[in-house]
Amino acid sequence: MSNLPASTAPASGIPTAHPLVKGEVGPGCAKVDPIVIADSVTRQFGGLKAVDVDHLEIPRGKITALIGPNGAGKTTMFNLLTGFDKPNTGTWEFDGKSLAGVPAFKVARSGMVRTFQLTKSLGRLSVLQNMLLGATDQKGEKLFASLFRPLWKKQEEENTARADDLLARFKLDAKREDYAASLSGGQRKLLEMARALMSKPQLIMLDEPMAGVNPALTQSLLGHIKNLKEDGTSVLFVEHDMHMVMHISDWVVVMAEGRVVAEGPPETVMKDPAVIDAYLGAHHDTDLGELMEDGPNPVLEAERKAHEAHPEAEATGYGDTPPAAGVEETKR
Amino acid sequence: MDWGNIFGNAVGELISPTTAAYALAAIGLGIHFGYTGLLNFGQAAFLLIGAYGFAIPTLAGAPLVVAVLCAILCSVIFAFILGIPTLRLRADYLAIVTIAAAEVVRYVVTTTGLTDFTGAANGLSGFKGTFAAINPIPDGTYGFGPFTYSSYDWWVRIVGWVIVILASVLVFLLMRSPWGRVVKGIREDEDAVRSLGKNVYSYKMQSLVLGGVLGSVAGIIFILPRAVQPANYTTGLTFFIWTIMLLGGAATIFGPIIGSMIFWVVLSLTQGILYGAIESGALGFLSTTQAGQVRFILVGVALMLLVIFRPQGIFGNKKELSFSV
Repeated sequence: MSNLPASTAPASGIPTAHPLVKGEVGPGCAKVDPIVIADSVTRQFGGLKAVDVDHLEIPRGKITALIGPNGAGKTTMFNLLTGFDKPNTGTWEFDGKSLAGVPAFKVARSGMVRTFQLTKSLGRLSVLQNMLLGATDQKGEKLFASLFRPLWKKQEEENTARADDLLARFKLDAKREDYAASLSGGQRKLLEMARALMSKPQLIMLDEPMAGVNPALTQSLLGHIKNLKEDGTSVLFVEHDMHMVMHISDWVVVMAEGRVVAEGPPETVMKDPAVIDAYLGAHHDTDLGELMEDGPNPVLEAERKAHEAHPEAEATGYGDTPPAAGVEETKR
Repeated sequence: MDWGNIFGNAVGELISPTTAAYALAAIGLGIHFGYTGLLNFGQAAFLLIGAYGFAIPTLAGAPLVVAVLCAILCSVIFAFILGIPTLRLRADYLAIVTIAAAEVVRYVVTTTGLTDFTGAANGLSGFKGTFAAINPIPDGTYGFGPFTYSSYDWWVRIVGWVIVILASVLVFLLMRSPWGRVVKGIREDEDAVRSLGKNVYSYKMQSLVLGGVLGSVAGIIFILPRAVQPANYTTGLTFFIWTIMLLGGAATIFGPIIGSMIFWVVLSLTQGILYGAIESGALGFLSTTQAGQVRFILVGVALMLLVIFRPQGIFGNKKELSFSV
């Protein structure tokens, strides 16, 4: 367990119960209906313990944000859960099946599909081909069956129809025949998300879906993620954009130095002293202050204090930035 | 200079069995590199294994089909030996391992200790009987002009080119299918393909085996008009196959065939012209041996120019390649 301050300290005004949670809210708390349960997962890089999670549960059918300062181990945790990296210790299960030691492609087949922080669009394939690659259980992907078109033609047509549908939803239908390499950075993010959806995942894990996406596109991406929840898909995403986190997530898990230091609904988790500690330790994330300008904001105040203590530190724009357009919305 | 003879020889290269063998080896390499992105720098080893895997059983009295299956089986085993340790690693490791493995097998067959099986440095000959025995063409000489060959020579050419065409059709069918889409995806980014639930390792292995089998069949076609000579299977052979593949276009259907034809026609032309010039005294400072080597210097220069100025090859898609990183 974390030796950071207890997250349920009454002084911070954090409620100790929540409909998603069985028992008390706190780091590693049990969920009513978890889709992922991880136990004592650790990953060491030389002397650095990049991930050291005692217990973590991700709620089913909800949007969960995984936040934390840079180097907190969020992406490593993603890699471990999806089989792209091997932990030193630990077990985890997805939808009741243990996935420890299972190779990445089998994790994806079991319904847990991820995207990458650095977009991995397949440049010299067309947008449509990228999409079709996401479809599962394709008969034509077997070496011998692939030689005989009638065996897979019908399935291919169904997949193409579904791909076209998704492309239209993600406003990529005009780019259908273009090489993915010709897309803009934001469009590639959209394509990667749409491609992951081709497999109809139960849990989609998005690693920084907003990084490098322009504000106009951000709004539509937010909409897409919310739609996913409505379709019954669970979402786990890593994000530094606090606006997005506050706006769409049902649950927020905060990591710092490899540990889960706090958990809670987005409205209250930011007030957790452990979170404040974690973020001050790392000294950035501008949006964090921006979001909570009205009302008591320990993050902002602590940041100001830190700023006064180190006036030589480069101004990061806390406090003097006008509130972002979506702030009012997030406060409801 | 006898221009008629020079051009006659050059045109003859268009359909020579050697051209067919190189085209087939380049088709195999195209599956590896062009479609799957595997850096195989040991294609010569697959030709060697095809050649010895065919010649040794034939000399031991095995029927044709058994000898061919033996060659194919050996190349499959060799592909697994190469692939199992390296295909989980980054692409560069396969490149290093293949180039080393190709040299290893070449030295193994050259070892004097194996003279009874491989003929060591002298190689093997006298294995054409089973193939000649099923030749349906009656004895005699057929054809016209530069394309006048004996019945055995025609038989080798026909079989060789039919196999090349079949291999091209196979590659076409594979690459338009979802299977081809997966391997092309692996060429672009294997982690992305893995994250979509595809067993990348298995696809890379299938591709390595398939291209290797085509290489070993190319090895059989290559030796049918000649003897097995271990000296033929140096890394130089691998790089000629690379040149042919890049010349035609790496991820194309007709690229390897046209690339091989151009390669051999140009080699034959330059040989004819250089030799002619030496005989007529115009290039008195060169011996004919040196002229032979000059041709291969030209091949190297051509490969460099090709990669710099037309990396997509003759049939490749310029737009597709302009995105490559």
